Amino acid sequence: MFKLLNGPQTLGATRVFWISFLFVVLVALVYPAAADAYDVGNVAYLLIWTFMAMGLCLVWGYGGMLSFGQTLFFGVAGYGYAVLATNLGGDAGTTFLALILALTLACMAAAVLGYFMIWGRVNGVFFGIVTLSATLVLSFFLGQTAGPEWRIGTARLNGFNGMKDMPALNVPWRGGESLTFDGVPLYYLVMALVVVVYLGLRVLLNSRFGNIIVAMREDPQRAELLGYDVRKFQLATFVIGSGLAGLSGVLYTSWGQFITPASIGLPAAAMPIIWVAFSGRGDITATLVGSFLVLWAFQVLTVYSQQAALLLMGVMLLCTVVVAPQGFAIGIVQGMRRLIRGRAVHRSGPGEREIKA
Amino acid sequence: MTVLLETRRLSKRFGGHAAVSNVDLTVNAGEIHCLIGPNGAGKSTLFKLIVGLHGVTAGQVTFQGVDVTRHRPFERVKLGMSIKMQAPGVFKELPVRQNLRIALQHHVQPSQLTAEEDRLLELLGLTTDAGRPAGVLAHGQQQWLEIGMALALKPTLLLMDEPTAGLSPEETYITGELMKKLNSEGMTVLVVEHDMAFIRQIAQRVTVLHFGEVFAGGTIGDVIADPRVAEIYLGKTRDY
Repeated sequence: MFKLLNGPQTLGATRVFWISFLFVVLVALVYPAAADAYDVGNVAYLLIWTFMAMGLCLVWGYGGMLSFGQTLFFGVAGYGYAVLATNLGGDAGTTFLALILALTLACMAAAVLGYFMIWGRVNGVFFGIVTLSATLVLSFFLGQTAGPEWRIGTARLNGFNGMKDMPALNVPWRGGESLTFDGVPLYYLVMALVVVVYLGLRVLLNSRFGNIIVAMREDPQRAELLGYDVRKFQLATFVIGSGLAGLSGVLYTSWGQFITPASIGLPAAAMPIIWVAFSGRGDITATLVGSFLVLWAFQVLTVYSQQAALLLMGVMLLCTVVVAPQGFAIGIVQGMRRLIRGRAVHRSGPGEREIKA
Repeated sequence: MTVLLETRRLSKRFGGHAAVSNVDLTVNAGEIHCLIGPNGAGKSTLFKLIVGLHGVTAGQVTFQGVDVTRHRPFERVKLGMSIKMQAPGVFKELPVRQNLRIALQHHVQPSQLTAEEDRLLELLGLTTDAGRPAGVLAHGQQQWLEIGMALALKPTLLLMDEPTAGLSPEETYITGELMKKLNSEGMTVLVVEHDMAFIRQIAQRVTVLHFGEVFAGGTIGDVIADPRVAEIYLGKTRDY
């Protein structure tokens, strides 16, 4: 299984890459000791969104299905967690039960929507339109749930104001106390999940399954003519990617103890597309690193002007489409490779180059 | 002789146009069967009906005794068909080796994948191109790569739609020899083609289609000797 960490679907297979990876993980482990609690919580917040980005990278970059539905499943899982955690009481580990149930709910929603789209032969740009429509339907629906009649058990949905004060993730701890996952514990939980999900996706993408999903991205008919039921693989890809968006939704809701329809609607739905397109949808590492940096830059700018930050996102998407359609992170890596190769050729001289060719 | 593939009164209409009408075709196990006809004869449509890319209007397709008329293409492939379409259907952005791997991973153990890929690369003359994206290969190499992918499935019946399209005469000849070699090893082959030199080289039995119907059939000698076939291919000769 470890052999599958490297393969044709993922950048970075050298010793240098893996040493760098371990170094980054090591720095991340000691970071809370060197930073203040606010910054640690903030990094955890930024990392929470990377699950949604990695999910979209899987569905769009590798599977070829442009989904605008990441915030739909983010919302389903986030609201699901809020309702379940509130109703279950939020102690004695019930929040983790709520997490699992909310993720199951998001995956089931993705399976139902995906089934009708994929078996109904919805593809290309229409895949994006249908997922965006479903996202907007959920956003508008939740926006009109302000009345007291909109409650599930003891949990009120609260319309545009959203749900708040649901219990954060916690586990029973020593002396009858509970360990709540906020601040540093949340940071470590999210960090561990990022590493597990990232490595898990690398293995998945370099496995037999990964070969099939890139084949169906390239030419679904050809993939079917090689004996693969493309529909099942597309559905599985869509459910896994959407489930990761759901994981972002649960962790976000637990982190802030609130969730609103605004985190599902149109501006929010466009964000993962921008992060992933800018970073490089063709590679999971590029998406993870690029999205984290874009999120960080967006947040820094938002402090000064939210409008400017949104404008920057638009400019970034435009630049990506025009200058580096494969994404800037991948573009930079490719540019550096060309530079290194060019220098090597320059050093070796034209004669040797001819022999190699 | 065992019948491997059979179509009974197979028809396909596109609106008011009958592309294929009541075609009865039998492919016996172990033969190279060529389907020929002038442009617009319905060869490719019949091919797509056999592989499941078009739904039939009427009739039946049977493969190895199983009625596959309503089967999707991947189900037919699982039963032992392997298909090469007219245009090179390779995964252009993926490396040549990965193209083969996607086809091979069906039935080859992971530990033997690399060795089997190497064997096919050698057979196809693509060893030095293994790491290159398939899209940068020359047209003929892409055709061979796709043939290699079709062979990787170890099929009972290899179906090929114009496998020599865009190939040079030399490449066409080599492809024909490859077909004959595979056939001598027991593989049944059904080829849609209109290159008569290629057909002469490989065909054991030929079916001629014209206006969507079976027009003539038999050995390559029978078909070439049939003046009606020459007429539909070359037009009616006139004495002035």
